[in-house]
Amino acid sequence: MTATSATWRKARKNRVVVGSGGVLLLLVVMALLGPLISPHGYLDTDFGRILHAPTATELQLFGTDDLGRDLFVRTMLGIQVTLLVAVVASIVSLAIGVLYGAVAGYVGGRVDAVMMRLVDTLYALPFIFFVILLMVVFERNFLLIFIAIGAINWLDMARIVRGQTLSLREREFVEAARLMGASTPRIILRHIAPNLIGVVVVYVTLTIPQAILVESFLSFLGLGIQEPRTSLGALVDAGVNHMEGAAWMLLIPAALLALILLCFNFLGDGLRDVFDSRHKS
Amino acid sequence: MSLLRVDKLSIRYGETSAVNDLSFSLRAGESVGLVGESGSGKTQTALALLGLLPANAITTGDIFLADTELLRAGKRALNKLRAERIAMIFQDPVQALNPYVRIGQQLRRILVAHGLAAGKAADERVIEMLQRVGLPDAERQYRAYPHQLSGGMQQRAMIASALLAEPDVLIADEPTTALDVTVQAQILELLEALREDTALLLITHDLGVVAGHCDRMLVLEQGRLVEEGWTGDIFAAPQHAHTQLLLAAAPRLDRTDVPRPVSGEEVLGIAGASVSYRERGRRGGRLQAVREVDLAVHRGETLAVVGESGSGKSSLLRAALGLVPMQSGCVSYCGEVLDGQVQSRAVAVRRDLQLVFQDPVGSLNPQMRVAAIVAEPLSIHEATLIADVRRRRVIEKLERVGLGEDYLQRFPHELSGGQAQRVAIARALILEPRVLVCDEAVAALDGSVRQQILALLRDVQDQSGLAIIFITHDLAVVRAISHRVLVMYMGRLVELADNETLFARTRHPYTRALIEAVPKPDPTAAAGNAPLRGEVPSILTPPSGCTFHPRCTYARDICSEEVPRARLLDTTMVACHRAEEI
Repeated sequence: MTATSATWRKARKNRVVVGSGGVLLLLVVMALLGPLISPHGYLDTDFGRILHAPTATELQLFGTDDLGRDLFVRTMLGIQVTLLVAVVASIVSLAIGVLYGAVAGYVGGRVDAVMMRLVDTLYALPFIFFVILLMVVFERNFLLIFIAIGAINWLDMARIVRGQTLSLREREFVEAARLMGASTPRIILRHIAPNLIGVVVVYVTLTIPQAILVESFLSFLGLGIQEPRTSLGALVDAGVNHMEGAAWMLLIPAALLALILLCFNFLGDGLRDVFDSRHKS
Repeated sequence: MSLLRVDKLSIRYGETSAVNDLSFSLRAGESVGLVGESGSGKTQTALALLGLLPANAITTGDIFLADTELLRAGKRALNKLRAERIAMIFQDPVQALNPYVRIGQQLRRILVAHGLAAGKAADERVIEMLQRVGLPDAERQYRAYPHQLSGGMQQRAMIASALLAEPDVLIADEPTTALDVTVQAQILELLEALREDTALLLITHDLGVVAGHCDRMLVLEQGRLVEEGWTGDIFAAPQHAHTQLLLAAAPRLDRTDVPRPVSGEEVLGIAGASVSYRERGRRGGRLQAVREVDLAVHRGETLAVVGESGSGKSSLLRAALGLVPMQSGCVSYCGEVLDGQVQSRAVAVRRDLQLVFQDPVGSLNPQMRVAAIVAEPLSIHEATLIADVRRRRVIEKLERVGLGEDYLQRFPHELSGGQAQRVAIARALILEPRVLVCDEAVAALDGSVRQQILALLRDVQDQSGLAIIFITHDLAVVRAISHRVLVMYMGRLVELADNETLFARTRHPYTRALIEAVPKPDPTAAAGNAPLRGEVPSILTPPSGCTFHPRCTYARDICSEEVPRARLLDTTMVACHRAEEI
């Protein structure tokens, strides 16, 4: 009985949402199907074809790198990894952040104070230091990156959800529900949570690009994804080394990274409009 | 010679028309009232006059100020005209004043920006203007920030800023709607006194204000001018059906068909109730919102609780419902003492006490459809009900409040204010409660919608013997619907009497002032002087003795020394040392 279907209808009418969502969907399909279609594997080195420029022959659309590996396949793989990291990191931050923030906001008082001071403390830790520490103590691990990125993003989410809950708690319809005799879980589930969804969805689409950037940054520093696997950030890093002789190695992954970031940002903006105007009209 | 001439003005937003073919003129020194319900295009017209319409508005027609066309004037030319030739007073001074800039600075900027004065001369003119609008201690207020002034004082500062550059035309958009009734009277009197030869366009929904303060009036309905003429003529013989409707819906105190007292057993009793809130920032400081109020409500009775903002009327009833904790005193329901917190009250009691809020849209969950909103009390209290029966009962209640089955799938934002309030009432009534508290439940609604809602409540009461407690600041509503009236001032009971007695034999000077301050929708009645000087003192530092004594014309020494006890005079409960003499 929530407003989901109405919101969905509205989202489909919003050109920004449809446009950026469509491009993202296309990229995902391409990233999944590309490696299957291409005759090359992401590990196959071909020392006869080192640093070849993009060409349509043999489907080497993005050229090859300094080990003669096909860059189209590697880039598609990079998109897969980048999106996976971003989505998983966002889900981690969503799960922790929403729960943490809603509890702090609704219970309030001393519980709220303690919980939020903990968040402040975590904020104060320098993130890169934290990640390098993790990488040194444990082995370099794919999973670790998700955890590291999710572990900082949830702080923002918790703050936003808490703030929203605080203001929702004072709204008259929540008071009306209390007076009606509704229990606390019922109020949180039926009255607080549905009204949080708008903010949370929008915020998630904005944390995804943040996560992508952090992953790229880590990979660029050599702390993220390890060879022979790759991500867009790692590809950009490799491209920088051959900037003069083989500009495509830098330009293609960088352009795709920028495209993905733009799409997510537009999606976030568009969704915010969709959720906002519902209250206006 | 007309000073301002509007010729065939139309304003559209895409396909929606806001103002349609509106023509009128304003002569120097004249005061004209622009009347209509919400959405009739009053404010749109005002914004067009000032060139403040949003960019997506499509306008046709002309607006001439003397011989300058305003609608197509350039930005620079408009900036020069505004303040110097045409100025506006907004409804809410809190939003119209910049909170970060001192009052004096804000006013001074107008003079400097228009090159009318600079340096010391500007300061002096601002202070002089602040004195003229009746700000006490103008030199100190010059350095004050807006939040340090009360609402009435802020509106005075706003008026000062509008008049500073001596405009020819002054537009006042609902200038007193956000203010208490005793302050409203003062502000209207001030506007009248300051006008001299400025033409005034007074936009309002309150026909009482028009009757007392406007020479001519224009009646708008859905963007169209339906009637225009001398105020006296229109009030005496309205021609258009919509004007007749507005006049019939105008609140009046002089009606004779007031409800007679009823006798029924007591359902809700409040004894010695005090409510206080901890004050933010200051350690241990407490704000005493309600002090020792006793009250009993009977079956089938409507009790009105009246007072200006800060009188504690809402706090009292919220405490009775268990939404805010009571500091002392107790609440009983049908003779049984209730727990202070709503969560720890018996379920059976909770379903019998219901509340309708002031903001109808805000009290409905924006994510739920009407069907789910109205059904929610049922799914809490009668969870075993099968879906079909529940649906039938929801439809039945919606029909009871004048809405049909086709509203079931709507969201709150798809309803008008009146419809949303009907939904809120349907939700409150679905459990067949015995006490219904209405917290300013009709304050946000237009006149005709307000009457419908009041009639609906009365109807329900006649059928079910519901006891209604009506919190309001509007004495006309009180007069129309209540059996008994409780008047509160700064958290205390001031007077408690039945409707007839309260208006016919007023015992307390404050009640009397409140009644006199209500603008009467009758141009033949001389607009009386504002009955009260000053404003409600801060509740944080209440005056000694009788809290009303600094504003009371009857005050004697004893009034500032001793708190008057509520006592019974004939049938009236009154708290005043001099009640017998009044």
